Amino acid sequence: MKNVDLLLPLSIIIPALAGIFILLSKKESQGFWKSFTYIGFGFPLFSAIVLYSQFDETIHYNFKMKFLTGLEDFGITLHLGLNGISMPLFLMAGIVGFASGIYALQAKAERIRLYLFLLLIMQSGLMGVFSSIDIFFFYFFHEFALIPTFVMIGIWGGVGSRSTAMEMAIYLTLGALASLVGLLVIYTNSGMINHSFDFIALSHHLSNTPLETVLQQNIYGILLFGFGILVSLFPFHSWAPKSYSAAPTAAAMLHAGVLKKFGLYGIIQLISPLLPEGAAHWATILGWLALGNIVVIGLATISQTDLKQMVSYSSVMHMGYAFLGIASLNSIGTGGAVMLMFGHGLSVALLFLLTTCIYHRTDTFDMADMGGLASKAPVLSAFFITATMAGIGLPGFANFWGEFAVFIGIWGNESIQWMLYPAALGIVISAIYGLRAVAKVFYGQPSVNFQKHMEANTVRDLTTSEKIPALILIFSLLLAGFYPGFVSNLINRDIDGFKPDKIVEGIEQPATSIYLSHMESKNGQ
Amino acid sequence: MNIQFLKELAATNQWHWILPEIILALLGVSVLLMDLFFRGDKDKKIAIVSIGAQFLVLFYFINNFSFMNSPDTVYAFSDMLKQNAFGNWCRVFFIICSILVSSLGVLYLKKNKLPSTEFYSLVLIATASLMIMVQSSHLLLLFITLETATVAFYVLISYGRNSSLSLEAGLKYLILGGTSSAILMLGIVLLYGVAGNPSMTGYSTDSMNFKELGHFISLNQGSSLLIAGVLLVIAGFCFKIAVVPFQIWVPDVYQGAPTPIAAFLGVASKASGFFVLINLLTGPFVHLKEILVPFLSVIAIGSILFGNIAAVTQRNVKRLMGLSGVAHAGYLMIGLVASFSVETHYIIYFYLLTYLLASFSVFGVMCSVSELDARQELEDYEDLAKSNTFLGFILIVGLGSLAGIPPLAGFIAKLLLFITAIKVKLYLLVAVAVIGVVISIYYYFGWIREATFRIFRIEDENNKHVSKDYESDLSAYHKILFGFVAILSIVFGLFQTVFRGFIW
Repeated sequence: MKNVDLLLPLSIIIPALAGIFILLSKKESQGFWKSFTYIGFGFPLFSAIVLYSQFDETIHYNFKMKFLTGLEDFGITLHLGLNGISMPLFLMAGIVGFASGIYALQAKAERIRLYLFLLLIMQSGLMGVFSSIDIFFFYFFHEFALIPTFVMIGIWGGVGSRSTAMEMAIYLTLGALASLVGLLVIYTNSGMINHSFDFIALSHHLSNTPLETVLQQNIYGILLFGFGILVSLFPFHSWAPKSYSAAPTAAAMLHAGVLKKFGLYGIIQLISPLLPEGAAHWATILGWLALGNIVVIGLATISQTDLKQMVSYSSVMHMGYAFLGIASLNSIGTGGAVMLMFGHGLSVALLFLLTTCIYHRTDTFDMADMGGLASKAPVLSAFFITATMAGIGLPGFANFWGEFAVFIGIWGNESIQWMLYPAALGIVISAIYGLRAVAKVFYGQPSVNFQKHMEANTVRDLTTSEKIPALILIFSLLLAGFYPGFVSNLINRDIDGFKPDKIVEGIEQPATSIYLSHMESKNGQ
Repeated sequence: MNIQFLKELAATNQWHWILPEIILALLGVSVLLMDLFFRGDKDKKIAIVSIGAQFLVLFYFINNFSFMNSPDTVYAFSDMLKQNAFGNWCRVFFIICSILVSSLGVLYLKKNKLPSTEFYSLVLIATASLMIMVQSSHLLLLFITLETATVAFYVLISYGRNSSLSLEAGLKYLILGGTSSAILMLGIVLLYGVAGNPSMTGYSTDSMNFKELGHFISLNQGSSLLIAGVLLVIAGFCFKIAVVPFQIWVPDVYQGAPTPIAAFLGVASKASGFFVLINLLTGPFVHLKEILVPFLSVIAIGSILFGNIAAVTQRNVKRLMGLSGVAHAGYLMIGLVASFSVETHYIIYFYLLTYLLASFSVFGVMCSVSELDARQELEDYEDLAKSNTFLGFILIVGLGSLAGIPPLAGFIAKLLLFITAIKVKLYLLVAVAVIGVVISIYYYFGWIREATFRIFRIEDENNKHVSKDYESDLSAYHKILFGFVAILSIVFGLFQTVFRGFIW
């Protein structure tokens, strides 16, 4: 055990501890709880960066650590570690968490210490989700992060938040329990002498003695339903737009950006490798549902007049591409989905952040009541346009590589090849709503209401404390956009060999890296 | 009290095996006497004596840890009493329960200005008899201890004598409890008669004994009278654990009963029924798997669905707790169904332990908040978390644990239950349980929502909302106790190491 390994458990514990300290501190001692906020959000980011730099490509799971919590007789141990798929997401969780934490500090919410406490608990759970090798704790940490979201929507959400919080809690509990049951069925039927939730042991065992085909298909179906709800797969998405538009900004950033990736991560990292037959069985249906996300929700996004609603819907829509990548059943498509998760997490967090910044300047989310904001807040408008471009998936941003790889993946799978056309249509759809929002908010003549508002209040550009989190997110997006190997090299290493792969058979080098490095050199020219 | 004297007396006999029960029962009688002699602040003194003595008994168990946990099973009093590790853990369970009930009783009695001595006395006697009941291995002893506890409950439920609801609840419990005792008795008599019939193969002269009865049942599985007897016995206990279709008394009795007693009913009485049932189902009735599994499965499904759906519509939190208890009994029934195939004693025990911690957190808050005991509406909890953060915290932890939310102990208990059920392929029951849990989120979170979330109101002259003041004058003892119970719910959710080696 190296010392650096300790960073992994510490990045889970420290946010939670910092949160408890903040809760117990006095309201007057601002310096105290502010510094603990920086520690609580800064440490995970710091450790994610250190761990990223220390990542050893020759070892399967890096930084492994095992803790016994008393359930080891049931095969449950707190087993932490990172592989090539979880490392980028762990990093992303650190970045988004830090950005949302800094943003929350200046948000001046009522009962700010409780707010920060809940946010830190969420952060702690998120770091745990992506670093758990044990499937039980993977689920456990997800729930850990989910509960604060419910409370935050309830307390700091706007009018109607009580029923929204309730709807979300019930819906997500259904999803979580369905996935729990699915995981338990894998656990009990694995045929291991000592039942275990340890993913490494499970995958080792199941690759030698796979489950029966029918059982695989059934379990995958249950899990797809459960995870589908959690990731807002069409038609189980209805909770998501409501919740995000009701949620306070920092919570929406963390949930839409990071927590929602739990289900996708679970499918890619855990479930598809364990149940390859199930994945193959459900691929076409999953593809159809993903198209539902892209086209149906995409059209719904266009019709939104409320800016925050639009961002919420667009975040649901983009999940369709990630699902499509999974449905392609090949490594480039799946790897693209991971890349997209990384990029989408950053870009959607940025969009939520900037949307709230706009709200603070216009006092409304209704796009009809805005206009001409660019002349007053040029930096804000530049940032927002950047975020929109990233969301659409323009080259230069992380999302581009994700979507691009997903498209190649679909093309490589002949049975769902045709889905490429409606999926590509989705790009046009997101361009329509994205650019239209930019036009309505920032350009043209200010609306009558906004004119009045501007007369009554001074509309300022972004403040420093708003700029910093936004810049962190933009920087990360651009970094992965111009040097995708920063993320994709890690993904490549682990994405292969897990799936019934049709495209890369006989190719020595992992397919993702070929395509991505090829495109990268093209882009560089 | 001279414990040494008792020890010497018991040395010739096996009485020392039930020393804790004897102490509790004697204490129950002697507090009545103390009532005559104490001067001054009598209520407080008696509370201190009875709660202190219970802590001593609990300490006795902790002190004799190795004895408690010994793997041997021993029989005493001509096989009437069976002592093993599980039985000992059950005894500890009831002591913890009675400590908490007595502590809640302090709050309740003070608030309602009721005489306190009989309350503690009855709680102690009921606890002692429940403790013997879970160790009995003879139907007669089982029935007698059950009746002793039930009679104590009749009185305790109608203890709030200045409240008509409490009297009504007492009467309802009396009538239905009497009926269920009659059903149980009928079952016992049938079993006795059939198993003692010399014309049957393997008949026994001591046919109420679990071992003999089990032997007889294994030889005569097809006898319809026998099956009728077994079903009647189980039905009698189903009343105690309040499962469908024997749950009809629950809402009214819970609402009317004094809050501490509602907790006592919901936890101790329910747990005792489960402990006895698991002993019966893995003991004498184990050979009737084919008949009992469908029967118990239907009960489980009915209870989960009925309890949860009925609780959704409740606005009175005591009724809500009662009906959600029906649902919890339904989840536990899954453990009973699974017990025919795998060992589930400790899973049921752990579930009930987490249920105890969570329930007493919630009931503790209810005792502290309420002014009118029976009329506790959800609205009374509005903004509790803001005006009294401590009580809000306890309430949220308790409800979260009942709902089975990680990282609280209730989640681990449900998880272990689900793992067991899936292991023996009870997929249908698990599916129903999942649906039940999802429904339960509505009312548990609805309550949390009421306590934490701000309500938007249009403030005008007619509709002025007066924010409630939850100034509670909890003593330090109660604060520590409630805090401890709530913290345990969190700790057991994160670390279960303490249970390793003896609970599983």
